[in-house]
Amino acid sequence: MLLPQARTSALRALRAQQFLARTAPAASASALARLLSTLAVLEQRDGKLQNSSLSAIAAAQKLGGPVTAFVAGAGVKASSAVEAAKIQGLEKVVAVESEAYEKGLPENYAPLLVENIQKGEYTHVVAGHSAFGKSLLPRVAALLDVQQVSDVTGIESEDTFVRPIYAGNAILTVQSTDPIKVFTVRGTSFQGVETEGGSATIVDGADPNAPAQTEWVSEELAKSERPDLGTAERVVSGGRGLKSKEEFDRVIVPLADALGAAIGASRAAVDSGFADNSLQVGQTGKNVAPQLYLCAGISGAIQHLAGMKDSKVIAAINKDPDAPIFQVADVGLVGDLFEKVPELTEKLKSQ
Amino acid sequence: KTGRGLRILVPVKRVIDYAVKPRVNKANTGVETAGVKHSLNPFDELSVEEAIRLRERGAKNQSPIKVENILALSAGGAKCADTLRTAMAMGADRAFHVDVADSPDGGPEPLTIAKMLQGVVKSENINLVLLGKQAIDGDQGQTGQMLAGLLGWPQATQASKVEFKDAEGSVEVTHEVDGGVETLRAKLPLVITTDLRLNEPRYATLPNIMKAKKKPLEKKTLADFGVEDKKRLKTLKVTEPPARQGGGKVEDVDGLIGKLKELGAL
Repeated sequence: MLLPQARTSALRALRAQQFLARTAPAASASALARLLSTLAVLEQRDGKLQNSSLSAIAAAQKLGGPVTAFVAGAGVKASSAVEAAKIQGLEKVVAVESEAYEKGLPENYAPLLVENIQKGEYTHVVAGHSAFGKSLLPRVAALLDVQQVSDVTGIESEDTFVRPIYAGNAILTVQSTDPIKVFTVRGTSFQGVETEGGSATIVDGADPNAPAQTEWVSEELAKSERPDLGTAERVVSGGRGLKSKEEFDRVIVPLADALGAAIGASRAAVDSGFADNSLQVGQTGKNVAPQLYLCAGISGAIQHLAGMKDSKVIAAINKDPDAPIFQVADVGLVGDLFEKVPELTEKLKSQ
Repeated sequence: KTGRGLRILVPVKRVIDYAVKPRVNKANTGVETAGVKHSLNPFDELSVEEAIRLRERGAKNQSPIKVENILALSAGGAKCADTLRTAMAMGADRAFHVDVADSPDGGPEPLTIAKMLQGVVKSENINLVLLGKQAIDGDQGQTGQMLAGLLGWPQATQASKVEFKDAEGSVEVTHEVDGGVETLRAKLPLVITTDLRLNEPRYATLPNIMKAKKKPLEKKTLADFGVEDKKRLKTLKVTEPPARQGGGKVEDVDGLIGKLKELGAL
């Protein structure tokens, strides 16, 4: 647990003053920690909590104060709010049940959050750095007149955050002077939430009924039985070296099957149509940090490395012995991927 | 200024070129920028391109709505003017250079930029703002959403397809979400942020680069839009990420499997 340190946030100073004025002088650090109060914004889809919700809660718990979770959508009080209430360490779950928030449209979801943030007097608001969090939270921050901190990978104290910049080529430590800290967190950096055993109470949130200015028309989601790319234990990734979608499917998919891995791709492979956009790993795609990242036909451009270099073990197969990927790979094999990958797949299957 | 067409604002940022590996400076306050190649943020190239394509589609009656004007804008030091000339060589009609001193911390924060853009939208009667989904230096991905929030306008982030449906400005935007794409319907005025798959930006041709030198480029300041460069976030330090040491190469597939087992990955 991170105890708040003696930083000079105006609000904290004010609150500490009020606190000291009405209590005995022996105000301990743990008593001050009670002034900190965090709202974790949960993402749900069709009544199911999404992975980004758990990273938001993990980050909120790291701050040390009481944590309230927020969820909104159709029928959430009987579904995702109940799921959230079982998560260990939550004080309560604020739920707003309305079809209007089901698709997480920021035009009405942002005013909804702002109203609940102000009512709850939270000092911290956190969401996962997913498409939902990325689209919603900056709008919320602007309405609250605070400067958001995006894609946080480390929390040093209640006002000090660590985040990668320049495609992960530099690490920024930044201190927020805003009265409310609004931030999104990288999923691979905040994990380990216990999803059973909690008993938070579910309470109704305020609903300002702000109009939706956009209308949800349709969605096309890639259906997959595979583990989710962002949280998979193992990822098999292919790049430009695969040459075509047919070859990508013929070579990469069986290897991923043999390892029970999620499939990823470099931007070059996605741009060439070998793999779906949603599989892109890198600065502008997904960030992954699996136990094993095994890639073939990927040279290792800095934008790609930004998305996978926190993987525990990196293995690379590439025919160019000087490819930059070999500088970060724990194990590299120089060779033709069209021979080596099928051979590897067969040998893994026979083990 | 008050016709029924699109009056587009395209904010662009000058950043270290995407192919350059940035180096953290000795003082640990930012990255080295002196003598380093800079260029137009790649996502902003996409938004300039999309603005121009909207105009071309309108001119060919492939879109029910015409473009009246495309204003490019950049905030930063003197060299931003080059970035704006590039945008105008691609096809923007005019440009505002908002003069802000260069600093190692990446310039004004997104909230400051969003407030400035809010002022520009009002003074120039803009009805469509096209921004990149993120700048590749700060990687924050906030400005478009903040601007939409401040204006009270709808937003469509990470757009991969933009299609106007009628002359009143009804629009359908397909945008990238986790696991696929989603399509939204909205109406002008609107903020759109661009994603990689939206288009392929054109190169500025030499004749167009020459023509761009004659297009109007106005110098502005943050104060012109009632904004000051106040920092909410204090940079405590900027450091190199922990270096990853390559573990060397193996001879064959058996060697690869052996090493992965040794590392506990299999």
